[in-house]
Order: sequence, then C-alpha cells, then structure tokens
Amino acid sequence: MSTTTASATAPAADHPTTTVKKPDPARARRRRRLSQWGFIAPAVLFMVLFFGYPLVRNVLMSFQDYSPSTFFDGKAPFNGTDNWSKVFQDDLFGKALWHTVVFTIGSLIGQFGIGLALAVFFTKRFPLNGVLRSLILLPWLVPMVVSGIVWRRILDQDTGVLNSFLDTFGLGGATPWLTSPGMALFSVILVNIWIGIPFNMVILYGGLQEVPKELYEAASLDGASAWRTFRSITLPLLKPVITVVLVLGFMSTVKILDLILALTDGGPADSTQTLGTLTYQNSFVQLDFGAGAVVGNVLILISAVFAVFYLRANRSEGK
Amino acid sequence: MTAAHIPERARGRRRRAGRRATVPLTVVSALVATAALAGCGQQRDDDVYTVLNSSTDDSYHGWDAATLSRCSKRLGITIEQQSVPAAQVMTKSLRMASSKSLPDVIQFDASEMPTFAEAGGLIDLRTLGLSTQDIPRGIVDFGSYKGTYYGAARTVNTLALFYNKDTLKKAGLEVPTTWAEMRQSAKKLTKGKQYGIALSAGGAEDGVFQFTPFMWSNGGDESHLASKQVAQALDYWKSLIKDGSLSKSTVNWTQADVNDQFMAGNAAMMINGPWQVETLNTKKNLDWGIARIPVPKAGDDSVGPLGGAVLTVPKTGDTAREKTAAKIIDCMAGEKEQITYARNSWMVPANEKAAAVWRKEVPELDALADQVATARSRTAKVGARWSSVSLALQSAFQSALTGQSSEAALQRAQQRATSGK
Repeated sequence: MSTTTASATAPAADHPTTTVKKPDPARARRRRRLSQWGFIAPAVLFMVLFFGYPLVRNVLMSFQDYSPSTFFDGKAPFNGTDNWSKVFQDDLFGKALWHTVVFTIGSLIGQFGIGLALAVFFTKRFPLNGVLRSLILLPWLVPMVVSGIVWRRILDQDTGVLNSFLDTFGLGGATPWLTSPGMALFSVILVNIWIGIPFNMVILYGGLQEVPKELYEAASLDGASAWRTFRSITLPLLKPVITVVLVLGFMSTVKILDLILALTDGGPADSTQTLGTLTYQNSFVQLDFGAGAVVGNVLILISAVFAVFYLRANRSEGK
Repeated sequence: MTAAHIPERARGRRRRAGRRATVPLTVVSALVATAALAGCGQQRDDDVYTVLNSSTDDSYHGWDAATLSRCSKRLGITIEQQSVPAAQVMTKSLRMASSKSLPDVIQFDASEMPTFAEAGGLIDLRTLGLSTQDIPRGIVDFGSYKGTYYGAARTVNTLALFYNKDTLKKAGLEVPTTWAEMRQSAKKLTKGKQYGIALSAGGAEDGVFQFTPFMWSNGGDESHLASKQVAQALDYWKSLIKDGSLSKSTVNWTQADVNDQFMAGNAAMMINGPWQVETLNTKKNLDWGIARIPVPKAGDDSVGPLGGAVLTVPKTGDTAREKTAAKIIDCMAGEKEQITYARNSWMVPANEKAAAVWRKEVPELDALADQVATARSRTAKVGARWSSVSLALQSAFQSALTGQSSEAALQRAQQRATSGK
C-alpha cells in the first residue's frame, strides 16, 4: 500500500530527479492557477454549451430567415432587421407585451401579498398549524398543465364548479371567467396567484423564522401596535428575502406559457396572449423561427434587466 | 490527433503539469461529446424500419402496432413505431432532418404535410411505385401538394352533426338539414341545463376545423376571409349564441370538451368527428345518431373539412430504404388494412372499394361517408400558409363571438393572414 501512495505523490518514473529540486515559485504559481482553472473549467464549459450557445444562436436567429427548409439545407440567410420590424409592426406584439406586464404585476402582487399574509399568520402557534401549512403547499406539487386543465373545468361558465358555487349564494352564477376577452386575463392571473402562493409563503415563512424574537419583545414593551411592529421590525428585516422572492417570482411569471396554453390557448380573441405564447405560436405553430426568436430575445432582455437588479441588491446586502 | 506530433518528453511533462486540471475537464467534455453524438448519430439498423406517428393514445398505438406487425411479416422486415404527441410530429421531424436521422415513414396530419413538402423533405410517392388507382380524386388531392402526390391516406374523417335520438324524439323534432332548421331546433331543445347545440370555437385548430363547414357550405373561402360569405357563416354562429342555444363557453372548448358536454346531456346536438365514437359508445344508454352538417339553404352542398393523416416517405438519401418505405406504406394503406383501421377508429377508408365494404358494415355512419365524398382539404388553396390563415381566423371568430362585428373581425384577419406571407 505504501508504495502506491509514494508513487502517487512522487512524479512519474521518467523524471525521478524533479522531486529533489527546490520548487520553482513561478512554476508553482502557474501550476496552482492551472489547477484552479481546472476546477472552474467544467462549469465554464457547461455554461458556454448550455447557456451561451443557445443564447447566441437565439440572437443570431432573430436576424435570419429561419424556415423549415433550413433544417434540410442548413441555409438561413441573414435578413437584417426584417424579423424585428415584422414582429414590432404586428399589433399582436403590443397586445402581448401589455398582457405580459399586467399578468406579471398582477400575479406578483397577489402571490406576494397573500403569501406574506399567510406566512405571518403561520408564525402564530395554534393547533393544526403544521397540517394546514403543508396543505397549502399542495398547489406547488401539482404540475402546471394539470392545474391548467383542472381550473379550466372549474371556471367553465356553464358547468364549472365555481359558478354553481357562487350561484348557491346568489352571487350571479354566470360569470364568463375564461370566455369573455375582458375577463380571461384576470382569471388566468387568479389561477397563477393560486399556484404561486405556496412558494411565496414558504420562503417568507423561512425568512420570518430568522427575525430575532427579542425584537418583538422589545417592541411590545414599548407598546408598539401590531401594525407598527410589522412595519418597523418584520418588513425591514425581511427585506433581503423579499427581494429574492420577488425577483424569482418575476422570472418565473414573465415567461409564462404552459398555464395559458392549458387554460385558454391565448384566447378568446387573443386576450390572454403573452410574450411566452407568442414565441410559441411563432416558432412552433407558424414555424417562423426568426420571428419566434425576436420575441424570445425581448423576453430574455426583460429578464436580464431584472437579473441585474437582483445581483445589485444581493451585492449590497453582502456588505 | 495533434498530440502524436509532440515529442514524447514534452508530452509527458505537459500531461503531468496539467493532470489535476485536465481530469475534470476531459470527463465533462467526454460526457458532453457522447451526449451530443448520441443525439445526432442515430445509426440505422439494416432490417429495422421506423414509422413516426402521433398514435400516443393507447388504443391507436395498439392498432398501429398490430398493423405494423402484420406488414413486418409480409415484407420480411421489422417495422417499429415511434409515437409523439400530434403537436410535435412536425418539430420532431424537422429536428430529425437537421441531424440526418429521419425515420423511414412519417405520418403527418394532412394540414401539416405541405409545410414539410415545401421544405423539400418528401418524396413523390408515384416515383416510388405507389399507384393512386381506386382512390377518389379528392383524397389524392388531400395527400398532394402542388400536384405531387406525397402522402397516402389510410382513412379520412370529417365533421358531422351528432344528435341525441331520444331528446329529439321527445321534442318531436326532425334532424335539421338547413341552417334555419338547425337554429330553430336548437332553440327548442334548449332548456334548463341543456343547450340545443355544442361546437368548438376554441382558439386552436379545433375551432377552425369546425368553422370550415359553415364557411365553405356558404361559398366562403380561406384565401379571402373578408368576404360576405364568411361573414354570414360567422353571423350564423353568433345567432346561435344570441338565441342562447349555444353556450358562450364554446370559445373555450376543444372538440373533446364538446363531446363531454354532449355525453353529459348538456347539449342535444353537436358538431364533431368520428374519432369521438369510441368514447361515445362507452355510455351505453346514450342513443346517438349522425347526419350531414346542415347547409345554408335546402339543396346546397354540405362541404366539410377533410381530416386525417397521410403516410409520407421523407428524403433520407438512401434509395433502397426509401423503396422499402414505399412498400410499408403500400401495406399499411392497402385495402384490407384500411378496412381494419377504419373499423377500429370509426373513420372512412380512403380507397373507394374499401369504403364500399365498410359502408355495408357500419350503415349508421353512412352520413359520414357522404360527407367525406364532398369534403375539402384545408390546404388545397393556401398550402403551407394554412397555419397563418388558421391563426388569423381563430382570432377573428373569437372576437366576433365575444362581441365584435363579424365584418370588422374578418377584415383584420384578412390583413393578418396576408401580412404573414
């Protein structure tokens, strides 16, 4: 056994003298740097292959005439800004952009507000606290497409459970949840809020556990009201967690696709068309990959802006 | 590799210096390389042929497996099927084309075939020795693009009017044959939770498929959406909603949803296709009948959309295999197999002789066979542009059904469909 360890640390047999030599500091440094790169290299390679390459390809594709025949002859001639002007001139793009903004802001406000309220609620001790908390996690476990399909049935204007439920209370049981263009986006947001609450609640609940109990004691000794305690202690100390929740929530909401496809297919009359569904429609229904790439790039750009905010916020927290 | 040219000594030192660094690096690149190779370099097995289809449904997958095993035996080869969801057949095929790993036969939905043909991916089946004898002209056109016969259909389908016999009898109503009759009957049949009629006006191909018989029977045309005839057809749908005999939820229904509504007794009649029959028959006490889709006025032709899939041979560059692929299609689309498939799936055999045999077997679906005789292919006029037209039309009828005027909605659709050229 001892021989193997020796040969592992000693250099290979062809240069037995090198070990005896005094180590050359420059060479040692070079070697160290090389080995450092060795550890970073797999990550860099991974990033370049699976993030860099698709990203660059997507940007390039948005300036190319990329059609089904490209898959056969590999020819995708560059066509300048044709794809971009085509997409921007289509009034569907403006609509989709607006819907995306409304959808994202609406979802975030709802998810975060209710998530925070529930998180605060569950910091109180009461029987069945744990059971209830895990029940609220359920929407998180259900795949997005399944939620979409189930909610589509629940929200059906005539045969949906929600309307017949409302009807029993005399609350006007014929609400056109998904069938009126004015209402559909709102309903889709509601479903997305339902899906997003658990995530917000869990992270915020975790953050609340970190707030020292003494601060609350001190506050109650000072006679602070519940609202005042929440505003002056809970919120400021929760700030870093809130940033994380909101930014992550933003990223997953802005690119929404599966939920909308399952609920409304972008309809009725394009009233729930978002940038996500537009990319899908351009690329995979119309097979106009150039136009699809344009919308995709716009989405990436929006996300990138928020990613920068996120990194900034994190850096200042680290100090 | 280049390493061979480096002198032995230098190579040894280099290897040592970088050992710790290169180990993780090589492992990762090796993994990536094998993953990449596995993705594209699919080796074709000499005696194994592949058919790509969308038979992900249990029963369809089983029927196709049986057909392929019979054809395997007859041709002395092994034929395997690879099934992906219908919406992925096109994108999967394109990806396979770019990685040079196309299957031997692809079963495309007929409305998608022109796109693949236009990209230059399909072979003229006539040059591979397949004949179109005994196949009605309409169905040859159905499998053709710009006059070239690329796709052989086994069976075709179309839409028809399904009705609940008991409900109609109780109301003392005849099966409607004209728009006016259908509107009246639907109105009379609407009571309580039951609507007179159900159809799909959803924001996908389902909705467009269902709109075509109304558009075409009225003389409308997909290459000119902003016409009076198309607007009238749309107004007819609007009138059904206005009467309350068609649920407003129609804009959110797929054809499967429509079938569910009909089976649940929420609709007395529905527009749907034969692929629902398997499900319909699971409800034993439901006595349904089938009729041609009503026309604007008595004497008009009821023109429905021709639906179904076609079997195509993609260009793989391997002539011998392509010839065998044609034989596979010849077997799958042969008279006997057509009848078997039609019997299973309730669709109409493409071949005239086979259709005649089938008609005797299932007289209750006679109306469907009649409807197929006059049915039209969606892509005959606009070809590969169909997807743009379809998207524009979806948006238009949904706008119109939810309040806008038909003319304005169709005007916009016309612009959208042509700007996408």
